[in-house]
Amino acid sequence: MNLYTFSSPVNFYHLSGKLIPWFTALAILFTLAGLYIGFFIAPTDFQQGEAYRIIFIHVPAAWMSMFIYLVMAFWGAIGLAFNTRMSFMMARALAPTGALFTFLALWTGAWWGKPMWGAWWVWDARLTSELILLFLYIGIIALWAAIDDIKRGDRAGALLTLIGAINIPIIYFSVKWWNTLHQGASINLMKAPTMAKTMLIGMLVMAFAAWFYTLAVAFMRARGIILERERQSEWVKAILEKD
Amino acid sequence: MEWASWSEFWSMGGYGLYVWGSYGATFIAILIEVMFLRRASKDTRRRLKRMQQWDLSSSGEAQ
Repeated sequence: MNLYTFSSPVNFYHLSGKLIPWFTALAILFTLAGLYIGFFIAPTDFQQGEAYRIIFIHVPAAWMSMFIYLVMAFWGAIGLAFNTRMSFMMARALAPTGALFTFLALWTGAWWGKPMWGAWWVWDARLTSELILLFLYIGIIALWAAIDDIKRGDRAGALLTLIGAINIPIIYFSVKWWNTLHQGASINLMKAPTMAKTMLIGMLVMAFAAWFYTLAVAFMRARGIILERERQSEWVKAILEKD
Repeated sequence: MEWASWSEFWSMGGYGLYVWGSYGATFIAILIEVMFLRRASKDTRRRLKRMQQWDLSSSGEAQ
């Protein structure tokens, strides 16, 4: 067994089938733990009262929206460079979940902005660049759907993903580069955390939950894509026969 | 423990609408994604299975 074992669809299919139940269980466990910490252990914020508790989904969702995009761009680049089949399939499997987290980051942001800023939406740099990220996800998914030829679709989608990747540093640094209404980064690796430790832990636990959730659903989606693309191979025929 | 009672918990210091509006939407969104995904996976397998049986039966006729 070597590093390339799981770049073959058949190996990935079988391995992911074994891993998905574990990722699902971990996602549920981390969600329950994160919610418990977020609602019953983390203290009330001295400035924002209880409204700040939206942070436990808002920040993990926003992190995932950017992180999933970077992973898609990574797989797109690998696919374009080495023409590996699994890379393109992973990129396709991740996109809907990335779009979902982007939507949730925007939605929970709006429901946090309304009581704190007095507005559901403002055209500030952070919010606008995150909205562009949602449009990028939708654009990439639509591009894949529009191109019938699988290989051409894969390449076009990967190219668009890579071009759009310029938006990720813009989102991340927007709160530094421009005067925004949005507050600064929640976690800064260079500085000691400014928030209560339990708030920070709750946020990180929820981020892990989002991670495992993403792994579970992306792997499930990838398995469907594999069956579709490999349907002429003997191993897929054998699996379908057992259905 | 932060809360004296359940009603205090649900009111979230007056921000209940916003807090539960956020958590509720997230819960519904995840539920929808998982439901759609499960149905899509099932549909894919069923469709591929049909195609396979059709292939088998048509190749059987050709012989």
